[in-house]
Amino acid sequence: MSEYFHSVRLIENRCKGCVICAKRCPTEAIRIRGGQSQIIEARCIDCGECIRRCPAHAKTAVTESLDDLNQYKFNIALPAPTLYAQFAPDIRIDTILSALMEIGFDDIFEVAQGAEIVSLAIKDYLKSSAVSFPIISSACPAVVRLIQVKFPELIDNLVPIDAPTEVAGRVARARASRKHGIHPDEIGIWFITPCPAKMTAVKQPLGSEKSNITGAIGISEVYGRLLKAVQDVPAGVERRHASWVGVNWAISGGESLAVGIDKQLIVHEINNVNDILEQVALGKLAGVNYIEALACAGGCIGGPLTIQNRFVAEVNMKLRAENMKAEDTAKGRVPLQEYRESALGANERRAIEPRPILRLDEDIFKAMYKVEVMEKTLQQLPGLDCGSCGSPNCKALAEDIAQGKASSTDCVFKLRERVRDLAKEMIDLAEKLPPSLDKDSS
Amino acid sequence: MESLNTQVIVLNFELKGSDFEAAGEASSKIKLVLQQIGIRSDVIRRIAISAYEAEMNVIIHAYRGKMKAEIFSDHTKITLKDEGPGISDIKLAMQEGYSTAPDYIREMGFGAGMGLPNMVRCTDKFDIESSVGIGTTISMTVCHNPLTIVGQ
Repeated sequence: MSEYFHSVRLIENRCKGCVICAKRCPTEAIRIRGGQSQIIEARCIDCGECIRRCPAHAKTAVTESLDDLNQYKFNIALPAPTLYAQFAPDIRIDTILSALMEIGFDDIFEVAQGAEIVSLAIKDYLKSSAVSFPIISSACPAVVRLIQVKFPELIDNLVPIDAPTEVAGRVARARASRKHGIHPDEIGIWFITPCPAKMTAVKQPLGSEKSNITGAIGISEVYGRLLKAVQDVPAGVERRHASWVGVNWAISGGESLAVGIDKQLIVHEINNVNDILEQVALGKLAGVNYIEALACAGGCIGGPLTIQNRFVAEVNMKLRAENMKAEDTAKGRVPLQEYRESALGANERRAIEPRPILRLDEDIFKAMYKVEVMEKTLQQLPGLDCGSCGSPNCKALAEDIAQGKASSTDCVFKLRERVRDLAKEMIDLAEKLPPSLDKDSS
Repeated sequence: MESLNTQVIVLNFELKGSDFEAAGEASSKIKLVLQQIGIRSDVIRRIAISAYEAEMNVIIHAYRGKMKAEIFSDHTKITLKDEGPGISDIKLAMQEGYSTAPDYIREMGFGAGMGLPNMVRCTDKFDIESSVGIGTTISMTVCHNPLTIVGQ
């Protein structure tokens, strides 16, 4: 496997070579070359913004499919709480989970349960003394990667606890192995994911050597079959274990509510997240204790692999949470109160490494030279940020030129200037006469 | 102070008092260049925070000012010269929590009296000169490798 795994892919015959994806990319990881969108692997954080923005639907995410279940003796589905938001609130979670069993899974473990464990673990972490404020949630892998590449100085502010999916995977595997006497390696753990960022986190985990998840299957991949199965499964089978507290993590603000610390800042949509992290890095947000940051607008319900419009999903989720609260109160059920330390897998954790992308050269003097070239070049560019050169904006083109990866005539305006100057010179030359014919010179 | 290398990146900024819209742009630019030349991120953070506090001080208190960053391979020097009310008692102003910022500034989350102490805390060398009614000049140096001492 190469140094980077990315789940965001290009469907070449659909790409028109327009610059929409390149311009929207929060890490300027895309260039248009030869009429095709190309990803600079070191820069991509798999946020899926390009998938969402491409009008030609040329961007996609590789995820596993239900066929991959055949490779394992026992398969467990890990539905993201966002999956529930794809259905009307009167379709019970029990029914959705039964539908998952119907399409081929042997058991279910809700990621919302993992979220409840993580909520409690974060509360405990906040009591420890080694905390650097403001604490930044590590639940969204695209945000964690944004910090790795653009804000490495904030890595120590990240919550040092696995995301709910990882925790859910770990608990589900151990539990199934115990309960059914199957070797842990024979169990397939499949995350039903709203986004490619989490898909990549399975292949290239953040904060641990190896993921507990076997693979990720996009919500959009299974939605059609689930929709049919939901109609057919028998009602009345109780499968839901998570409370509204964990399920609510799908919406921005849900995590903060579950963690319950004061002075929280909730930010969603990757460019907004970038702005807030910029402020944290400048020491601006001294009054904030906890930052819940999610790459997708609205939170996970706005993920690029979801089906339902995020505003509809949000209202679905809110109504569902209300129903769950009423039902749990009536049945005397309460949200999770305690967890086992082993669920967090502290011994598997690795430090999250910085992956700085802005550095222009390993040699500081060469880098300083390139900064100067970049500044001078930028002053000569038109500053329209049109993207016609294939770089997302003039600043990025200046950087590409400083790096020797582009030339100033890649800019259509600079090219036009050159053509005009040349044309002018040709006219001047054409008007010149040899002295033997030039009557004015005598 | 004589540096061994002659290579330096100089960034100049004009600051305007009460221009809160542009506040932080100069510091962000300095931070970006430091990232581009590969300075350690914890050192960048110290430079960025001290630059931002100093930039904000001009915007909050002064009428106008000039900010200059000189980035060498081994250290960064930031100088701010403003035209403003000046500081009558520098010793008092250096105390944590002391602030002369008016209420409307505090309501915006600024003026907590931590600016100057933060600058001192984040930098390796800090100098301040001020004349009441004329203005304030601040000069700060941060070594890129915390083990070397600049100017010796």
